[in-house]
Amino acid sequence: MKDIFVPRRMWRPRGELKRRYDVVVVGGGSHGLATAYYLAQRHGVKDVCILEKSYIGSGASGRNTTIIRANYRTPEGAEFYGQSVRLYEKLSQKLGFNLMFSQRGHLTLAHSDRALVTMQERAEVNKLLGVNSSVIGPAEIEALCPQLDVSERPTWPIMGALYHPPGGIIRHDAVVWAFARAADELGVDIHPYTEVTGFERANGRVTAVETNRGRVECGQVVSATAGWSTLIAGMAGLRLPITTHILQAFVTEPLKPFLDVVIVSSQLHVYVSQTDRGEFLIGAEIEPYTTYCGTGTLSFLEISARHSIELFPQLERAKVLRTWTGLCDLSPDYSPILGRTEVDNFHVSSGWGTYGFKAAPIVGVTLAELVATGKTPDLIAPFALERFHTDTLVSELAAAAVSH
Amino acid sequence: MSFYLPCPYCGPRPVDEYAYFGEVTHRPGPSPSMRELTDYVYFRDNVAGVQREWWQHRLGCGEWFLADRDTRTNEVLDVLLPSPERVREERLGSPPVGAEPMASEVT
Repeated sequence: MKDIFVPRRMWRPRGELKRRYDVVVVGGGSHGLATAYYLAQRHGVKDVCILEKSYIGSGASGRNTTIIRANYRTPEGAEFYGQSVRLYEKLSQKLGFNLMFSQRGHLTLAHSDRALVTMQERAEVNKLLGVNSSVIGPAEIEALCPQLDVSERPTWPIMGALYHPPGGIIRHDAVVWAFARAADELGVDIHPYTEVTGFERANGRVTAVETNRGRVECGQVVSATAGWSTLIAGMAGLRLPITTHILQAFVTEPLKPFLDVVIVSSQLHVYVSQTDRGEFLIGAEIEPYTTYCGTGTLSFLEISARHSIELFPQLERAKVLRTWTGLCDLSPDYSPILGRTEVDNFHVSSGWGTYGFKAAPIVGVTLAELVATGKTPDLIAPFALERFHTDTLVSELAAAAVSH
Repeated sequence: MSFYLPCPYCGPRPVDEYAYFGEVTHRPGPSPSMRELTDYVYFRDNVAGVQREWWQHRLGCGEWFLADRDTRTNEVLDVLLPSPERVREERLGSPPVGAEPMASEVT
């Protein structure tokens, strides 16, 4: 019994870099760690290392707004995220770590006829693929979330919503820690504060990774570096259809619990949830210009606060506790870029824009399968980088344009 | 406020007044291959460093111009109007023979 009070290490302290690894994963976030974990767990590939330039989970994995959902617009996207949500549902048991996944229901509000039509389309695609999703009217919205003003009084009255019961929020840091601990237990070496500075290449393959702590030979490379994808891929001689933008979010001081669903409004560019600590977690839209500078902006806070108060006048006197930014890697069609590239043994998980966190377990499963077997799983075939050369895009704009 | 961007006509104004139109790209020559075309339409350098990019002072004078901005700090090093020579050089490579002047040219 006393043992439970003894602090245990989550994973081994950083060791020496070995001379060679079968698989080098660049990026110690949820995608990189999940890929390493499933490589070791499902395929027995244990000679794997994670290279992270900062601390584990320091990028988008620790900066997102923790929303999990599967109500995407394209069949490819809905199927992919549907499987991700199902994996998330079992993840706490699998990894032996309480991820505090709360499937409290996810409501995307419609403030116009056009938005309702798009939502109807999304609901039908979702239903076909077994994703629980339906369009509901103001009366049902009021029953689910009586805190919202569904009258005609606001500037943009609520006309309906896309209701997605399996959607919810999760403890995002716990996802990173759980994958890191589980991967570490299976023998994966985790190297924080190890920055990739270049790749050695020969015959169209990456042969070694150069880091600020020395050189590592590699069998295969996985880049899961979100906003920095262009730079890492560039070192491997690859150009990506990616632009990097900042996305911002803020939390209020903890308030008495009064919101037990996730509320999203594309028209108002906000998404609101209340965390287990009582903080209101509010996110908005990406900044329109590309930047690697993570400085927050006051205009974001002004606009998001104003729109949040339009939805929830109760928040009028709530104080803002902190704000933060993260780097997002946007692809032209708002769908991910996942799998192999023209550099033979260099795989990418990129182009996630603002919704990569939702996909972490399924990215781990599919990318691990690809790396271990050399075959692209059908589930991620539509998301290949190749699609931009063949002009066969997967437009997810309707369900992903508002970042959450 | 994130940063100020100097409009060539109106001077430094908050970046929220401007519309951003991305990094300067290089249009492929006549009858491009599919690869050249998709490279031009979709693929981007997305540099972490000084980038030449298109802006329009949408909520101000409406002028289109180019800016050299460091994407790591958002520091704007230079702004310039797209003169006919500059436009051809930046967007078209070498001027095509007998090409019509572009509508957006500033003379």
